[in-house]
Amino acid sequence: MEVGKSTDQGDVILQMRHIVKRFGPVTALKDVNLTVKRGQIYSLCGENGAGKSTMMNVLSGVYPYGTYEGDILYNGEECQFKTIRDSEEKGIVIIHQELALVPYMSILENIFLGNQKRKGIAIDRDAQRKEAKRVMDIVGLKENPDTLIANIGVGKQQLVEIAKALTKDVKLLILDEPTAALNDEDSAHLLQLIDQLRKERGVTAIIISHKLNEIAASADAVQVIRDGQTISHIDIDEQHPLDVDALIRDMVGRSLTNRYPDHTPHIGKEMLRIEKWSMRHPLDESRLVAKDVSFNVRAGEIVGLAGLIGAGRTETAMSVFGRQYGTHAKGRIVMEGKEVNFPSVRSAIDHGVAYATEDRKVYGLNLMKSIRENTSMASLKSLSKGGVIDRIAEGKVAEKYRKEFRTKAPTIEMPAGNLSGGNQQKVVLAKWMATNPKVLILDEPTRGIDVGAKYDIYEIINQLADSGSAVIVISSELPELLGICDRIYTMSEGKITANLDAKSTNQEELMKYMTSSQALSDDRVYA
Amino acid sequence: MAEQTKAVHKEPETASLKDMVLGNARAWGIYLALVLVIIVFQFLTGGRLLNPNNVVALFQQNAYVLIAAIGMLMVIIATHIDLSVGSVVAFIGGVGAYGMAHWHLNWMLAIILMIAIGLAIGAWHGFWVAYVGVPGFVTTLGGMLIFRGLATVVAGESIPLQSREFRAIAKDYVPNILGWWGQFDGLTIVLGLLAIVFVIFAQFKKRKNQLKAGVTAEPLSWVVLKSVVAVLFIGYFTYLLASSGNAEQGGIPIVLVIIAVLVGVYWFVLNRMVFGRNVYAVGGNRKAAILSGINTKRVDFTIFLNMGFLTSVAAIITLSRLASATAQTGMEFEMDAIAACFIGGTAVTGGVGTIPGAMVGALIMGVLNQGLSIMGVDAAWVKTIKGLVVIAAVAYDLLSKRKKG
Repeated sequence: MEVGKSTDQGDVILQMRHIVKRFGPVTALKDVNLTVKRGQIYSLCGENGAGKSTMMNVLSGVYPYGTYEGDILYNGEECQFKTIRDSEEKGIVIIHQELALVPYMSILENIFLGNQKRKGIAIDRDAQRKEAKRVMDIVGLKENPDTLIANIGVGKQQLVEIAKALTKDVKLLILDEPTAALNDEDSAHLLQLIDQLRKERGVTAIIISHKLNEIAASADAVQVIRDGQTISHIDIDEQHPLDVDALIRDMVGRSLTNRYPDHTPHIGKEMLRIEKWSMRHPLDESRLVAKDVSFNVRAGEIVGLAGLIGAGRTETAMSVFGRQYGTHAKGRIVMEGKEVNFPSVRSAIDHGVAYATEDRKVYGLNLMKSIRENTSMASLKSLSKGGVIDRIAEGKVAEKYRKEFRTKAPTIEMPAGNLSGGNQQKVVLAKWMATNPKVLILDEPTRGIDVGAKYDIYEIINQLADSGSAVIVISSELPELLGICDRIYTMSEGKITANLDAKSTNQEELMKYMTSSQALSDDRVYA
Repeated sequence: MAEQTKAVHKEPETASLKDMVLGNARAWGIYLALVLVIIVFQFLTGGRLLNPNNVVALFQQNAYVLIAAIGMLMVIIATHIDLSVGSVVAFIGGVGAYGMAHWHLNWMLAIILMIAIGLAIGAWHGFWVAYVGVPGFVTTLGGMLIFRGLATVVAGESIPLQSREFRAIAKDYVPNILGWWGQFDGLTIVLGLLAIVFVIFAQFKKRKNQLKAGVTAEPLSWVVLKSVVAVLFIGYFTYLLASSGNAEQGGIPIVLVIIAVLVGVYWFVLNRMVFGRNVYAVGGNRKAAILSGINTKRVDFTIFLNMGFLTSVAAIITLSRLASATAQTGMEFEMDAIAACFIGGTAVTGGVGTIPGAMVGALIMGVLNQGLSIMGVDAAWVKTIKGLVVIAAVAYDLLSKRKKG
């Protein structure tokens, strides 16, 4: 990616000094300082729970002036924002990780949501349309403005958010994990757009991100926050490229010699084989989402499923797992040599298949309930007698996995909603482990999780494989697949396009097959 | 309430008294509110609120709310609502009274018939909600109209209730088998003492189990404090019940036994059984519940089936108390039950709520009702005040959560 690194030295747009923010007895920010120069792309790094989002919420007025200590200087003047609106008036716009768009309103309506152009008491529709066209052109969003948000992909939704920010005459754009849900192509486009906004419109950007390679490629400066404190500030330019290992050290406070744990697989007999699985889109029956997908996985083996968003990986997994996606599903499921059928999630679980979904907050956890109740959610059948739950057994199981997975929580009674992303993911894994699965499908197991917790998750995955389970990992991060898998299938346009040995392939080869439309021949599809 | 089951290495840990008091402050808020309301009205009514017979009347008059609130609680936790309770109460009461008046059903058969109709109506609602996907609001809005209409068809002007036994349910007491001990009912005293022994035993057994299981135990002082409060409460309540009644009978009203059994059973179902867990899971995150292999349709169906059952119990007690069935019976019963749940801390968005909370919510409204009517306040104003209390209770709940961040 071609990104300019030169910045106008000395012209400071934002300074946050000695920010302290407390939530009751918990001090989320202990003493954080931040200086951003005008026209910079500034990156904020840190583990989950380090205080990055808190800091941006302080800046944008989500936490009003007076609820924190310290000063914020913006363009040299002190800010006392009481609401988000106050900060937006100054040109500070924050785009949260969970996009604030209304799915059943059009792109146009979303762009002007809460900020409508008026003519008298009515909305000035013509002016809005014109303005929408202008900002959509800037961000390169080629869609009809009347299209519903629900009908465009996450990548384009992200662009709508930026277009919305542009209508507010944004000077300082804050993006919280903007690329977490995007594929590589959309991520690249987004980062390019931010760079373009900087060059053409002088927009300064603060990006909170876990993706270190993106930071290395796009940021002018990086600030690492750990445990609510400023750890380091690194300027990046052509002469001084980002030292990713050093950055990781600052983030986790220890040196990660290896981002992926070593693992020697002990591969046994075939556990699961999917033969010629096909299914159609739930709303558009003319669309085949999976076409004759075949793959297998053996005991002790970790098999990756690589593919771009829309390749049909999650959809296939969900369809196999008790017909939870699509219509007209057909194909054979063979477990340990016997053909089986999963008409419901229950039957899949009872046969020893577990599927940890990609979006744990939406599909994985009951955030209102405790770690204990979440852990037992899929295995209550075996933890109860006559419909009465054996609470001692339940507590033991939850406690066992809390310890084994090193879930950071004082007790198993803590609500899952209070945990950080990595620890929530550990609870999801515990839930599925408690069902004693023979085959475990993990969909984006480390999405939105900080580096330290990722390593923990990888170790857990290795343990699962070593205990004789067959593991399938769906991931959009190619280094992750290469780092932890024994074998990788690539999927593209609903077809399996390659079956590769993880040790001898590389990112370039994977990407080649991920964009290929040539299905792999049947004789090479099984290991 | 919330057991602290913390993992420890070897030595059993004990939490401090301060932790326990602060940690439970929010959970206790609702109970304190009830105590406060009682004290205020005790004062305003010149001590008449806690007159033994008024206490009994409190339960007899509010039994329908307490019982319907149990079912409504589960409906709301699972993110549904039931607007049909009042109409269904009128319809079931109408059929029961009609059966006894025209088909000469004896009172027990009438009760069985009424429960069967309740289950059938519950299954009807459950079918539309769970298997067709019609929202509960719409299904039961339809039910509200349908069964009010049918109630009018069945009951006409009104059907008087003749059966003495049936009428006894709402107004009589458990037989005074142990005789009168001075001015007190012997059975009530014995049961009260047993309850005290049981509560103390349960508290200490729980702590012992916590220590044995190696989880963080409640401090001894907390257990003692809880036991003392429980003993004082049960003791006073026993005294009130034991001295209630009239020349012929007194002690424990029959409805209180029905309520106590239902509360006990449903508390167990919600807290100790897989079904209860599934109700919370469906309400907390339906998608996660589906993907965890929970048959959410069956859960939804069962919740409405159960609501039908509890509505029929409410209908039996209401018919018994009013001694006649009319088309207008049960107006706004559903609103009372919903209000009780919300006052008791049930989340409007589902997933959260407890039976003790809903029961206390119902009692707060009952005490308000009774206190104000003893004071001679007009029923129109009573309703207005109840409305304000509902909003205030939910607002308080939200604000106290917000403070915590």
